[in-house]
Amino acid sequence: MADAAAPPSEAFRLSMLIYDSRYRSTTIQIVVLILFLLGFFWLANNAVQNLAALGKPINFGFLSQTSGYDINQTLIEYDSTYSHGRATMVGLLNTLLVAFMGCVTATLIGLVGGVLRLSNNWLVSRLVTLYVEIFRNVPVLLWIIVCMLSITSTLPGPRAFRGDDPEASMILFGNVAATNRGIYVPQPFFESGLGSAGMNFLVMAAVIIAGIFFVRWNNKRAGEIQVQTGDRPNTFWVNFAAMTVPFIVLMFVMGLSFERPELRGFNFKGGMQIQAPLIGVWLGLSLYTGTYIVEIVRSGILSVSKGQSEAAAALGIRPGLTMSLVILPQALRVIIPQLISQYLNLTKNSSLGVAVGYADLVATLGTTTLNQSGREMETILLLMAIYLTISLTISGVMNWYNRSVQLVGR
Amino acid sequence: MKRSIFACAAVALTMTGGALAAQTLDAVKERGELNCGITEGTLGFSARDANGVHQGFDVEFCRALAVAIFNDADAVNYVELSSANRFTALTAGNADVLYRTTTWTLTRDVDLKTNFVGVNYYDGQAFMVPAELGVSSALELDGATVCIEVGTTTELNLADYFRANGMEYQPLPVGGTTEAKALFEEGACDVYTTDGSALAGVKASFPDPSAYVILPEVASKEPLGPAVRHGDEQWADVVRWVQNALIEAEEYDITSENAAQLAESGSIPAVNRILGVEGGLGEMLGLENDFALNMITKVGNYGEIFARTIGESTPIGLPRGLNALYTEGGIQYAPPFR
Amino acid sequence: MSLSFVRTEMEEPQPAPSSTVGIVAWARTNLFSSIPNTILTIIALYLLVRLAVGIFPWIFLGVWDAGSLSECREIFAELYPDGREYACWAVIADRWDQIIFGYYSADQYWRPILGWILIGVSAVPVLYPNTPRSLLYVTVATAFVYPFLVWGGTIWPYLMAAVGFGVGYGVYRILAAVTAGNAFSSVIAVSGSVIAAAVWWIGLSGPISGALAEAMPWGIEAFRSRDLAGFALAITIGVVAIAASLPLAIALALGRQSNMLIVNKLSTGFIEMIRGVPLITLIFVAVVLLQYFLPSGTDVDPILAIMILVTLFTAAYIAEVIRAGLAAVPKGQYEAADSLGLNYGLAQRLIILPQALKIAIPGIVSNFISVFKDTVLVSIVFPNDPLGIADTIRADSNWNGIVWELYGFIALVFFLFCFAMSRYSLSLEKRLQTGHR
Repeated sequence: MADAAAPPSEAFRLSMLIYDSRYRSTTIQIVVLILFLLGFFWLANNAVQNLAALGKPINFGFLSQTSGYDINQTLIEYDSTYSHGRATMVGLLNTLLVAFMGCVTATLIGLVGGVLRLSNNWLVSRLVTLYVEIFRNVPVLLWIIVCMLSITSTLPGPRAFRGDDPEASMILFGNVAATNRGIYVPQPFFESGLGSAGMNFLVMAAVIIAGIFFVRWNNKRAGEIQVQTGDRPNTFWVNFAAMTVPFIVLMFVMGLSFERPELRGFNFKGGMQIQAPLIGVWLGLSLYTGTYIVEIVRSGILSVSKGQSEAAAALGIRPGLTMSLVILPQALRVIIPQLISQYLNLTKNSSLGVAVGYADLVATLGTTTLNQSGREMETILLLMAIYLTISLTISGVMNWYNRSVQLVGR
Repeated sequence: MKRSIFACAAVALTMTGGALAAQTLDAVKERGELNCGITEGTLGFSARDANGVHQGFDVEFCRALAVAIFNDADAVNYVELSSANRFTALTAGNADVLYRTTTWTLTRDVDLKTNFVGVNYYDGQAFMVPAELGVSSALELDGATVCIEVGTTTELNLADYFRANGMEYQPLPVGGTTEAKALFEEGACDVYTTDGSALAGVKASFPDPSAYVILPEVASKEPLGPAVRHGDEQWADVVRWVQNALIEAEEYDITSENAAQLAESGSIPAVNRILGVEGGLGEMLGLENDFALNMITKVGNYGEIFARTIGESTPIGLPRGLNALYTEGGIQYAPPFR
Repeated sequence: MSLSFVRTEMEEPQPAPSSTVGIVAWARTNLFSSIPNTILTIIALYLLVRLAVGIFPWIFLGVWDAGSLSECREIFAELYPDGREYACWAVIADRWDQIIFGYYSADQYWRPILGWILIGVSAVPVLYPNTPRSLLYVTVATAFVYPFLVWGGTIWPYLMAAVGFGVGYGVYRILAAVTAGNAFSSVIAVSGSVIAAAVWWIGLSGPISGALAEAMPWGIEAFRSRDLAGFALAITIGVVAIAASLPLAIALALGRQSNMLIVNKLSTGFIEMIRGVPLITLIFVAVVLLQYFLPSGTDVDPILAIMILVTLFTAAYIAEVIRAGLAAVPKGQYEAADSLGLNYGLAQRLIILPQALKIAIPGIVSNFISVFKDTVLVSIVFPNDPLGIADTIRADSNWNGIVWELYGFIALVFFLFCFAMSRYSLSLEKRLQTGHR
């Protein structure tokens, strides 16, 4: 640290590798890299040798072999004659499904809870606090199990619906059956659809998108009129009609009808079944993660300085509008990054569904496929790689969002 | 600090690592106890009792093997294994032998590098339903919800059975017997399927066993037996002949009570060979000549073990069925001690 | 005539209007201030009453003294001929020991209890900065005494492991003194001490402790880690993971803060990889894959393997907490350290880390809570953690059919632990905040 201006002119000495700050960091990095590589190769070499000794070198060929087992919840076509790879796909979709459903409900719980927790109603805010403390201080696995048990031990079995004078009956005008195997709801289908489900879906999406474009155009037009005349024409009813009428007409044309669940044989047939494990995992994850989101929403709202709401009041903005126009946009900048990291946690925690028999990625790839193929190394590494990809995608989105928000603000 | 942690780990590893390559028997003798792989909890086969002590059919075989090697039934370290990690634990040397209700199949014998050395329980996958359903055959189960334990061959058999008979079903996978039982009892599934032995245990444990029936159809053969690593024939022989000795002892009516007396009197040649009075068969295996005598005295013969742990007088209440000796209508048959 | 109207004495203060004090006014402002508020209050009250009516009788009318579930049911049948049934707490009374202490035999319960007391004492100097420094010796000693209490056996291996640190330190001092003045003095001293300690642990400590154990078999009953169960297991995993992960976490945090490219990327990669996968997959790795990654024939104790993987998992999370702590240390502190001429190591040790760690303590405590809760994941592979013990008890023919009592009790214990710790962490956070702003 003597004289920074005068470059040392002395010849290179070995000790400079350690004491000269120009070389030191390189030295350290090379040592660290060598140690890391040594450790890595040691582990990898052990694995390769051990696997070779067992006669099962790493080989992902099992993914194309027949799986031989059935899965109870399949979003894509699958039975025991399909391959392990297909089973993995089914599991992945189930994981994503429950993660998505969980994120939506947890956010709803969190938003409502966060606002209620800040409410000046003493009883309600205490009740929300009670909920938060109870649910976040007990392991989420326990909650998942408890939710599953609540379904299987409190709801009636399909058998109870049988007979002339059944113990249980369907609710909501005989449309919905709540059993301990899950909830059966009517399934929509088209009597005169356009051939395939994909085609139907495309047409519906097209109609909705067209509606959205019309609404945007209409709003823009209203804005122009407002600029020119000072009066903004009422757009609500026109927009509402534009969004709903074509869709309803389309539904009518395609012959939308509902298939009601019916008790046939051992189970309800027809309709859509939301299975008990799915409900258990979904509820457990939502209630647990919801507590964290309550806190995030609360602290987000509190993070907006009081001056902002006072300024809004001084401008004569109504309290409801103050929340949506002034407080929330600022709070969201604090809320959303934390929210996404909770989504990440929820997605990872969905792996606990295996404890109640939910057919997620861990249950298909990580348990049954692992057992049937005997390929522990491949299945577990693949399992970790898939979760890592999901996580990195979500956190990539989060980083992108953070950057875009930071550019706009401050 | 970081480095020291790794060093600690390295110490732990180098200290405990032993030669597993070939001579399992020597390694076990040197260690002073047997690492016996069992289930984490299957009532009757291996489960901890209220005091945390392992009890059950498979546990008795572990104890018998320990007696054969050390003449001490308690020189066993029970390695609780899930169905997911049992073969890895065996091949990697964490367990010397698996007594873990493991079905002998070709894939497991060949592809998973294990050696099955015998069958200590002939089982078959069966179906249990509540009596009130009025079902009398598994072929009437079309459309039913079936509780099934994940990671077992029963899962594959179930899929095969329903597909072969053109029936549909909905699987409800569960982690373990306790869970499956609770779900079945609450009616979350119509059918509970697993090995017949385990089903009998479950049925017996219900408050009213007569409210459930086990259907006559058997979906598969499930020969359950001890497994050892490939490539150590001496050890495989030891495990194989320990089991054969237990079965043969039943055939010759050698029990824990009369074994010592029979050895002393030494009047029946076949019995003498088993009990090590003549023939020196134990030493050929690398054990003491009187290993079977000790084993039978301390643990009992196959029939005694069966009766004590899963037999009809126990809460599990399994009949001998296929597991009776061949002389009594079953198929348990041990090659001769000669 | 002049009228003087000057008051000579003070009027007695009036009580506040009855509409603003008392329970009625409180209720009016806090519960019924507006119509929506009133509706909310009524809904909340309804829910509370429903909850209380549904749960309290079940809890408080439960039976504590019975030998099995069927006995419980008989007692209820006798008490309530109409068929009502309440909780059968007898299962907790019967299996309390197992849920808390796992499979220790009753005469060994003092070991975990003493261990927990030690942990409590050793946590004091870490959590409350104003306590005497001498308590830190207890903290250091606990690192060796707690494993001894939990696993038992002779005292020598634990002592020898501790001696290893002494050997390392001694060699460092000697080499530093001998080579003083040499350009490579510190390098020689550090690597010499590391090598000496490694040689001690790998080569010498085993035989020496073996010989000492033969000569002087001082110790307590040895205990297998697969018999470690119930809350004893949960607490042990939690404590081991937190204590062992701290040094690694500090190294990772510094690595991620560092501007050395390779160190930075390696630390970041490790942290992100661990944080990107669910803990259950790491537990699978511990139980199934770890033995593949070690030389053939290495006997891996599965519970120990789980502890190692949970430690790595925790380290990745705590590293992020510490990194936030490092980032929160004002830049002036770094500059001040530089201006004093401190090198990187000294600056971190004396100036930066003490402040960063202090800021990080609440985060570390909440990570401890998470790890403690996450220990129940062990039940997916081994029936040893509290949930696994619950399964074992449910499999017992005496308690077959018990569900809510067990899960309720386990939830309660978890709640009490975690709630207390989170309250502490919150209060600490508040205290630290006032100190810094």
